[in-house]
Amino acid sequence: MKRLIAIFILAAFPLRAEVDITQVTSPSGLNAWLVEERSIPFVSLDLIFPGGATLESDEQAGVVNLMTALLSDGAGDMDAQAFAARSEELATRMSFNAGRDSVSVSVRFLTEDAEAVIDHLRLALTEPRFDEDAIARTRGQLLAQLRRDALDPNTLASRAFSSVAFDGHPYGRETNGTPETVGALDRDALVAAHQGAIARDRVYIGAAGDISAEDLGELLDRLFEGIPETGWDLPDHAEFLAEPGVEVIPFDGPQSVVAFGHAGIARDDPEFLTAYVVNEIFGGGRFGTRLMRSLREERGLTYGIGAFLSSGALGESYQGRLSTDNDNVEIVLELLREEWAQMANDGVTEEELKRIQTYLTGAYPLRFDGNSSIASIMASMQYQGFDIDYVNRRNDMISALTLDEVNDLAFRLYDPDALFFVIVGQPVGLN
Amino acid sequence: MFARHLAFAALLSLGWLYPAHAEPVTHAELDNGLEVVVIEDRRAPVVVHMVWYRAGAADEPPLKSGIAHFLEHLMFKGTDTRDPGEFSAMVEENGGRDNAFVSWDYTGFFQRVASDRLDLMMEMEADRMQNLSFTEAEWLPERGVILEERGQVLESRVGAQFNETMLAALYKAHPYGTPILGWRHEMEGLTGDDAMDFYNQHYGPNNAILVIAGDVDTVEALEMAQQYYGAIPANPNVSETTRPTEPPHLAERRIVFEDSRVGTDYVSRMYLAPVRRSGDQSEAAALQMLAALLGGSSTTSVLERRLNFDEGVALSAWASYNGMARDYGMFSLGIAPVEGVSLEEGEAALDRVVAEFLEEGVDTAQFERVRRQLRASEIYGLDDAQSRARQFGVGLSIGLTVEDVEGWIDALEAVTPEEVVAAGQMLLDRRNVVTGYLTAPQSTELSQ
Repeated sequence: MKRLIAIFILAAFPLRAEVDITQVTSPSGLNAWLVEERSIPFVSLDLIFPGGATLESDEQAGVVNLMTALLSDGAGDMDAQAFAARSEELATRMSFNAGRDSVSVSVRFLTEDAEAVIDHLRLALTEPRFDEDAIARTRGQLLAQLRRDALDPNTLASRAFSSVAFDGHPYGRETNGTPETVGALDRDALVAAHQGAIARDRVYIGAAGDISAEDLGELLDRLFEGIPETGWDLPDHAEFLAEPGVEVIPFDGPQSVVAFGHAGIARDDPEFLTAYVVNEIFGGGRFGTRLMRSLREERGLTYGIGAFLSSGALGESYQGRLSTDNDNVEIVLELLREEWAQMANDGVTEEELKRIQTYLTGAYPLRFDGNSSIASIMASMQYQGFDIDYVNRRNDMISALTLDEVNDLAFRLYDPDALFFVIVGQPVGLN
Repeated sequence: MFARHLAFAALLSLGWLYPAHAEPVTHAELDNGLEVVVIEDRRAPVVVHMVWYRAGAADEPPLKSGIAHFLEHLMFKGTDTRDPGEFSAMVEENGGRDNAFVSWDYTGFFQRVASDRLDLMMEMEADRMQNLSFTEAEWLPERGVILEERGQVLESRVGAQFNETMLAALYKAHPYGTPILGWRHEMEGLTGDDAMDFYNQHYGPNNAILVIAGDVDTVEALEMAQQYYGAIPANPNVSETTRPTEPPHLAERRIVFEDSRVGTDYVSRMYLAPVRRSGDQSEAAALQMLAALLGGSSTTSVLERRLNFDEGVALSAWASYNGMARDYGMFSLGIAPVEGVSLEEGEAALDRVVAEFLEEGVDTAQFERVRRQLRASEIYGLDDAQSRARQFGVGLSIGLTVEDVEGWIDALEAVTPEEVVAAGQMLLDRRNVVTGYLTAPQSTELSQ
């Protein structure tokens, strides 16, 4: 049995993702990445408009989120009910999302209805009505969400971490605003945010499915008719400001949520991929990472723990999260500092590196599993600044990393003395 | 070769099933009782490999709630020839992802890997189907993990605790009223021996379904299944478990759940409902269509349109139906009122709108839109091999056949507006019902 396993390991080699990406340029000059897949008669299309909540002022925090929620709540000569009924007739699914760094649009449609769906989507993007009754209704829902967030320990921990880490920058602010700012938003603010956040100068486009490059180009021009050329400028880079230490936010419940971290690695840093590999070994949200082994498998202190490179367009940090019984918080903090110190002093082992290289290169093709995921990856790869050939080179780059390179990065990234902790709960043994 | 012969015979006897646009789905059974479903989707070099056991939390012995879930965790702790954690490590080394899930009716294990690693997945999954082995050094910390899991996903979330309380009140005798994770006080006493007892009682090829979906050749996949799983003897301990059935429900139960962590008050109502019956899914299909019309859209569904858009009394209102269970299905309704509207007023508005719907009948235009989306969902559904694999896994686990699963969209399309209204009459009978209010305490003396 054990011999059989050895043979399988030897047979495992880095796969290339078998994804054939076409660079599409529309007649009017819009660029998109397309993966043609003709076997199922539908298309997925994803748009990313960078900026998102970072574009808004402190006083109008939440305006981009409310604006985005209202895009499909009535457009052109249709009110919210008519717009939704038309979407249902077309059997299309459209989603509009506002995040900290971008507004994204995701749509899928049957090939036979392509033009009608694009016309429908264009109405939402160019002629949202922002009717007063729709504003009141949606604002009420968002305010209720803010009330729930204020009672959610995970949200509280993330908020507290960001507000200290990026104090004074939009990254330190609430993406969805506060009850005060959202309550004060009016129609004029929404109209202005719409013009500022959704613009042609910043869009990244990904598509996958049953469509040719030529047809996609024409559809995109049809879609972008009436979308402003330029939008609001993005703010400057955010510095990581959190000082080492522990901040406790009292919260009733059996467990504490712990957010922890320090400064990170910029996503355009030449060593970003190396950092990604190191984090996958250390805390990458799977079984078998160092953090999971130490805190879950060996000690049963948590259901799950992960660390992640939070590398946004405007700023970066290196963070992690876990929940644990209030009694355990003290030992958890001690273990985290130990794990951190071990990375800073000794780095990772040759065996760990080999294992993660095999895993990451083998797992990469699995991401491209269907039109919806492929379209979304196509848009976000452009947003993150990758070139079109990256898909084919990425596995080779990971396989080529040496232990020295990886550990130089680990020594640079991990700093146990810089760790900042936010604890939401009733931790025992901490002040 | 025997394996090829078996696969071929299976194909002949059960036939190929070609739904409208789909790639072929094949169903076969090995001599040891293992059912095999193969779904070909050759678009990407990826395969999903799943094993489902027809055993879940509703099959647990008294005082051992949570043991099905605890065993699911311990299935990753090694076999006679494999070390703890080796299973997942092997999957990872081969670039795959793996996980597992438990419900009341089933326990499932799955891996997603490059399709040329399928044989390794089968070899390892077949190994732990019969050779599970672990020591106290593994199960003791893992019990801490499941307690932390309960703390994190249930006890720290007031909505989940409310739901747990509602279910416990809905089922007077049947184990669907016991949480899948278990009650904390029983979980604290679970042991490795308890888990091994459950394993010996329920796990084996004759109580399992193998689902393979993705970039495989059906005949080759069936041969491979025969090679790795075919030699495992049927488990003689496996028997049709008898579960308690519900006595007549004579009165509605009502719950008020107060907690300071509640951000939005809401009313939730659960009805005991029929399940999808093998060979005749028409009743369940009518309930599914009823749920789609009442609550299937956040804008145009009857409840949202009337309560949120027209009357402005709801932040949101919902309806859903789940017939994917072995013994009892559930229909649920709910409303989160806007500020200034009480839960009592919200509930009354909800009841009134449902009653009016049943009196006035179905809006033809809305009905046609729902049907149009159903037809489209057949096409969109083909994009996700893992979700298709899951439908077959759940379906076969709860007693449906491959034909039932394939025929679900047809059953939905066959429902008439009159059948929807007839099915909806059950919503007017409150005896099978739990109605719950989730609310923050009314007292203003909270902060100290």
